[in-house]
Amino acid sequence: MSEVIRVHDLQKVYRMGDVEVPALRGINLTIARGEFVAVMGASGSGKSTFMNILGCLDRPTSGKYFLEGEEVGALSADDWARIRNKRIGFVFQGFNLLSRTTALENVELPMMYNGYAGKERHRRAVEVLNLVGLGPRLDHTPNRLSGGQQQRVAIARALVNQPSLILADEPTGNLDSATSGEIMGFFQRLNSDQGITIILVTHEADIAAHANRQIMFRDGEVVSDHMNDRAASHKES
Amino acid sequence: MQWLMTFRIALRALARNKLRAFLTMLGIIIGVGAVIAMVAIGEGAKSTIRSQISALGTNVLVVLPGSAVRGGVRAGSGDRTTLVDSDASAMTRELRSVLYASPRMRRQEQVIAGNLNWGTLIEGIAPEFQQIRDWQIEAGRFIHEGDISSAAKVAVIGQTVAQHLFGNDDPIDSVIRIRNIPFRVIGILGGKGQTGQGQDQDDTVMIPYTTMQKRLLRVTHVQSIVVRAVGAERVQEAQEQITLLLRQRHRIGAGREDDFTVRNLSDIAEAAQNTAQVMTILLGSVAGISLLVGGIGIMNIMLVSVTERTREIGIRMAVGARSRDIMLQFLVEAVVMAATGGLIGIFLGVGSSELLKEWAQWPTLIDPAVVAVAFLFSGAVGVFFGFYPAKKAASLDPIDALRYE
Repeated sequence: MSEVIRVHDLQKVYRMGDVEVPALRGINLTIARGEFVAVMGASGSGKSTFMNILGCLDRPTSGKYFLEGEEVGALSADDWARIRNKRIGFVFQGFNLLSRTTALENVELPMMYNGYAGKERHRRAVEVLNLVGLGPRLDHTPNRLSGGQQQRVAIARALVNQPSLILADEPTGNLDSATSGEIMGFFQRLNSDQGITIILVTHEADIAAHANRQIMFRDGEVVSDHMNDRAASHKES
Repeated sequence: MQWLMTFRIALRALARNKLRAFLTMLGIIIGVGAVIAMVAIGEGAKSTIRSQISALGTNVLVVLPGSAVRGGVRAGSGDRTTLVDSDASAMTRELRSVLYASPRMRRQEQVIAGNLNWGTLIEGIAPEFQQIRDWQIEAGRFIHEGDISSAAKVAVIGQTVAQHLFGNDDPIDSVIRIRNIPFRVIGILGGKGQTGQGQDQDDTVMIPYTTMQKRLLRVTHVQSIVVRAVGAERVQEAQEQITLLLRQRHRIGAGREDDFTVRNLSDIAEAAQNTAQVMTILLGSVAGISLLVGGIGIMNIMLVSVTERTREIGIRMAVGARSRDIMLQFLVEAVVMAATGGLIGIFLGVGSSELLKEWAQWPTLIDPAVVAVAFLFSGAVGVFFGFYPAKKAASLDPIDALRYE
């Protein structure tokens, strides 16, 4: 299986005045295509910093990050924007949809930055919204959608440019448990049916249990990295 | 990102907050409207002053004979005999800046009609004199070419003279006597009233200058030549051309002084024009300041908008917008507001100046160049005042922007 992500001795140090605060102390990881990884850890463990670097939103202080074999640490800000646009889909805890903008337009947004023609953009956005089951609510603005529906719009937005990687930062943090389960089931289907690599940040064990690999961060280091028993047993059977 | 897309995103963002966008635009609307209306008022005043001055005769020049006297020319009859009537006809014929030229002889005489007499000014002139002075004929006709060539004994009398010599009777075809020479009255001049100096312009009798030369004065020269330039702005040119022409005709060698003087009223005209120009500049710059204030309003709102939409900027960056896409989006928003405001301002400015013209009878004059400049300036205001907020938006860190509450 080919690798999607490989990081080598990744370090990140925040400078607060004279004090240097290490957030990542040398991370070495490889994530293969088609994996569903849960990144866990308490707040301050460095998992968010790690995700920001993976998402090309932040630069490591040292170390190397290869995305699909390409060293992205050396690329320009514009190249990063292009990578975020085409190769990475983000799903956030707070949904981060544009308010007073319809579901359709929210999903069209990433395609506005890569030159899709208007008709093709529309067709593709409708297609993906149908996939997440929001076909009948294309013209609803976020304030007329439930939390679960908003998160599904966000997932559609993440999927619309057919990225090789989805980064989900506590995607169920604002949802009740029933809706959380629904969204996680959706991620699982995306992963198993379409083979999309998903990296999920969470601090809830039962959410992490949906993934097939769990990586635990503590104080800027990986303290455990193992295949999920249930998922593994599911695979074996 | 394509321009059209940026444009649509900007329009959508503005449409989301219509009242705010309108209030922001209002500064530009009032600014551009004021610039256009104010300059139109100023220009209107200028053109009114121009036409009033030209009615006073600022495009009229007087050529007098005589040595060049510093500080002015001795008024009254020309004791020098350097000017002749062919000088006048040569001016009309050869100079493009000269519209009309007429010889003029003047002499105070006693005029007798029946048993009444009246002392008045006798003027010997050519038919062109009527056009030069813009003089209406109330009854009968003015002197024509035939009268000149035959040195006819005909006279056109002013209102005051008609009043004093004929009372309520019709003077046409009556006979008046000047130095015992009988003249037939062929016309009555329209009233012109007094000059600024209190001189009654209607107290005059006009006769052909040839008649005056031959029968009254027994001379061959003319006392002065009255000239009307093509326009007030070409008086200077006419003056120079007349000087050249007369030096040539009078065979005055280089370095020798003129044997004539050309006078005009253009100094007064210039002063009045300058006053009007200053007024236009004053009005325009006050209005321009309001346009600037409008621009500051745009900047203010754009800065608020960038702060308010920090999260939106973060989202856009996360899904792949480059810094320049964000920059362009906010810049286009500012320019769209400024330019739309400018466009509405043009309608407001043109409309209000038309209303002033229509209702207040205020002579306004819209200069298309001013409209174009005001519009371009409003666009420039958008770019200038939109740049800093747009730059600020584009330089946001996506992580911070996404976390912004």
